[in-house]
Order: sequence, then structure tokens, then C-alpha cells
Amino acid sequence: MPQISPADQQELQQKAQKLRRDILTMIHRAGSGHPGGSLSVIDMLVLLYYRVMRIDPASFPGKPRDRLVLSKGHACPALYAVLADRGFFPAAYLQRLRQMDSPLQGHPDMRKTPGVEMSTGSLGQGLSAANGMALAARLDGSLERVYVILGDGEVQEGQIWEAAMTASHYGLGNLTAFLDYNGLQIDGWCREVKCHAPMVDKWKAFGWEVREADGHDFSSLQAALEEVQSNTDLPGMIVAHTVKGKGVSFMENQVDWHGKAPGDEELARGLAELTT
Amino acid sequence: MAENVATRDAYGKALVELGKSLENVVVLDADLSKSTKTILFAEAFPDRFFNLGVAEADMMGTAAGLAASGYIPFASTFGVFATGRAFDQVRNSIAYTRLNVKIAATHTGLTVGEDGASHQALEDIALMRVLPHMTVVVPADGNQTRQAVEAVARFQGPVYLRLGRPKVPQVIPVDMPFELGRGQVLREGNDLTYVTTGMMTGLALEAAAALHTRGIGASVVNMHTIKPLDEALLVQLARKTGAVVTGEEHSMIGGLGGAVAEVLTAECPVPVIRVGVKDTFGESGPPEALLEKYGLTARQLVTAGLEALEKKTSGLRRQD
Repeated sequence: MPQISPADQQELQQKAQKLRRDILTMIHRAGSGHPGGSLSVIDMLVLLYYRVMRIDPASFPGKPRDRLVLSKGHACPALYAVLADRGFFPAAYLQRLRQMDSPLQGHPDMRKTPGVEMSTGSLGQGLSAANGMALAARLDGSLERVYVILGDGEVQEGQIWEAAMTASHYGLGNLTAFLDYNGLQIDGWCREVKCHAPMVDKWKAFGWEVREADGHDFSSLQAALEEVQSNTDLPGMIVAHTVKGKGVSFMENQVDWHGKAPGDEELARGLAELTT
Repeated sequence: MAENVATRDAYGKALVELGKSLENVVVLDADLSKSTKTILFAEAFPDRFFNLGVAEADMMGTAAGLAASGYIPFASTFGVFATGRAFDQVRNSIAYTRLNVKIAATHTGLTVGEDGASHQALEDIALMRVLPHMTVVVPADGNQTRQAVEAVARFQGPVYLRLGRPKVPQVIPVDMPFELGRGQVLREGNDLTYVTTGMMTGLALEAAAALHTRGIGASVVNMHTIKPLDEALLVQLARKTGAVVTGEEHSMIGGLGGAVAEVLTAECPVPVIRVGVKDTFGESGPPEALLEKYGLTARQLVTAGLEALEKKTSGLRRQD
């Protein structure tokens, strides 16, 4: 991948700001949803969907294509904003998030939303599915890559570690995971609810190629991505340090904004902060 | 007389045949390949076999991912682990997604034997049947297992295929066609109908023969597909005979008997007597002795048949 130039950087940042506005707007309209984790994960999605992944929305689900599994499915407003902007479905869908008969469910549904590769929402399941896709790509002799985004609360699920063993055992060098390490889960700070530190050492011990990155810095994320993908024998993990609610000052690091919709006044304040 | 064959052995052999004709069939196991007999496929097609270790939840999710990419995964382990341990993964990653995963579970029911209650799945049919999009198939013998494996591989969608540990006699004529969702009438009689699945079908044929000597005519239907249930055949036979007895190596709650009762209460309310395990766990013991103790016998089916007949006739007499 070419280095991210200052112009690229500005373009990606503007895109991320626009999508953050979409996230707030759609959750406000829906009256429920998860803004905190959507805002922490959006920069990773922007890097992947606008710069890294080989995708063709017009021919979806044609092969070959890179795939992304949003294992922390509750952050789907971020994914929906990206998919709409990339043209997988009309932007008008965003106004129907969580409504009756909507193609945009409260958690991702691969049968209802074009571009969603795997239904998720019950935490802990996405990495196994991504492993299956990576095994399939290998069987196909394809160069397709599989990406998966995990939440840090989510890795308290045992299945994640079962799948972590599977990915390294089968040497899934075509699989890259991002951990949205914002440090917060529904009941509070992860370290207080049930501490899962040391995160980096855990993934290393499970046989992964691991790097840390600033989850809101495109150059940092891309550098980490290139480094883990240079090891073609092992799955890659990027522990991305993020801020829950990133970009909206009154939401940042506030656990209350894990799963609460902004009201009219909060939306206006948030949008005002997200001008480019 | 054909040799007795365990449905798990027939499954292992059928997988190898399937592997030759369908290149996109892959097989997953969770450290039980010698018992589930997927080892035969692993030896024939090592590149298409994935051992996930003792991690059933991960196995189901991995199978879902393979299916999402166009493969036809057969995921095997014991019935308790496939449906109990990994229920949420089966629910959310396989049934909800309608992904083309075939869950082939062996060692179901009491006939697991000496391993005891922790390993005897008596609720798996109920757990799988309640999931939308899931097809539930229970072959009666080895030959039918071979047919069922072929049929479910060519069917698009999630399937639960229930298999057993011990050798069972061949009870379905070898040339009888197998069609998903279609019950098989093995014997016709006008007084009552046995609707059974798995190894209970052989016992139902014995029971029907015993009743015949007492002048009672019993139909026997092998209901190899529990979901979708062959409702038309069921209602037709309930109308014709006026009494139904179900039989399954499973809890009396929620399995074939439950499915039959659900249909008949609405469409043709006749007495339905369910033969199954009476809301209890199993225990260690030889399979035959366990079947005897828990009432999964031809004798019990005869008793249930007479009870159904009694209810049918007394129901006709009583006005209150």
C-alpha cells in the first residue's frame, strides 16, 4: 500500500467526520442504538473500506472480494454508514435503522443488508466465522483477505480464544483482526468488570502476529496493518487504542453512551463538533 | 438379512462417497473424529478436513464462515455438544443466517450407553426443531443414513442430522426412495398409526406385528424428517386410523411426539400417545438394558398402542 500522504490523510479524516455525523443522525432518528462503540471503530472501517479492501459494491457478492466481519455487531451504525457511502445500498436506508421492516437491523443481518458478510450481535462469534472464510479462501487458492473487528469487552467470551487458537493453528495469514480497545464495556471499565490485560501478550501467546496502533490515526493503523500482513504464515492482530465516543466531546470515555441515543439537543451539539 | 450397521459408520462412509462427487464438501470435527467416523473423510481428503479441537462453539462458527464462502460443511461431534454446548452458535451463526451447514451429530439418545447422562442427548431434537430454518433428519438405519447424507448435501440450508452409536438392523427396504420431508409408510393398518423415528421404527414394526396377532391393524410410518414434518401424511393417517402412537429415543417433551401433537391438535384431534424418555436424564449402562429400563421397547409400543385404542373407543362412547 502507498504511504498515506497529507492529502490522503485529510480526505480520510473528512470521510470519517461525515460518517460520524451519519452515525449520530441515524441513532438519533432510531431512538436507540450504540453510539460509543460506533464512534470508536469508524476510523478502522474507513481505512479498510476506502483504502485497503478489494471490494466492488456494484458486483457484490461477486468473487473475488475481501470480506469484513464486524464481530462487535452492536457497532453496526458505523458499518451501515460506510456501506451506504460506498454504494452497497441507498443512503435513504439509514433513516430506517431499527424500524419495522427495515433492511438495517439493530445488529447486522447478512440476509437483509447488502454488504454485510456475516450476521453478528451475539458477542464472540465473528472470529470463528472469519476463520471459516479465511480457510475457504485458502481452499479456493484465492488471494482474498478476511478482516474482523472485535470489541474489547467481547474478548471476555471464551469462543474468541477458541477461535484465536484455530487461526494460529491453521496459519491463517490471510486473516487480519482489529481489536477496538476503547477500554469500556456496558458495566464500566473493562479492567474493573473483568480485567483482560495484558491484551497484547495474550494474542502473542496465542500465536498471532500482533502490533499496537492508534485507532484514530490512519497512518498508524496502516503501518500496523502492513507489518502484520507481511507475516503470511500467521493471523494478524492490531490492538487499536481507541476512545469510546471519539469525536463527540461529551460522549468520549463515557460508558453511559455505550447504548443510548442522543436527544435533539445532544445531536445538534454533536453535529456541531463534527464539522470538518 | 442385511448386516446391522451403526448410523455413524454409514455416515462416515457416505461422507467419503460425497467427497468424491462434491468437491465443495468439507468436514469439521471437534476431537471426536474416530467416534463420529469423520476420520474416514479426513484420511481420504486431508485438505478438506478441519479438526477444531475440543471447541464445539468455534467449530459451528467456522462451519458458518466456510458456508458463507460457498462450501458445504458437515460439522460433527456428539449430539449433546452440537446442540447444547454450541446452541447459541447454531442459533445465531447458522440458523438465523440460513447458512448451508450440515450438523451431523452422533451418539444421540440413551444408546450412547456406558458414558452416561452427560453424553446422552435426549433434548437435541427439541432444541434444533425450535430453530427457524432448521431441517431435522433422523435416519432409521445405515442405508437410510447413506441416502440422507446425499439428500441433505444437495439441499440448500442448515440441517441437523441425528445419528447413533450402536449397530442397528436394517428396517427400511433398500430400494425405498428417500425424500426430505416425506414420511415413509412401512405398514398399513386401519386401527392405529405408529409414527416413529430413528431406531424406534424397527421396534414399531415389531409392535405392529404383535398387534396383528391380536387382530389389531396398525400402520407404521417412519418419520425420518421431523422438520419440516410431513403434515399431510400425518393428518391422512390420523383420519384413517383415529389413534396415533409416537416413538423416539428422545425426551417425550419437544421431540417427534411434540411435533405430531402440535399438528394433530389443530388438524385432526385424535388420541396421541407419546413413547419416549419421561422427562429424566439417562444413566450409564448397556444400551439394550437402558432402552428396557426407560421404556423404549416394542412391548412399550404395544402397550401404548392399546392405550391409544382404548382412548379412541372410550372417547367415542363418552358424552361428557
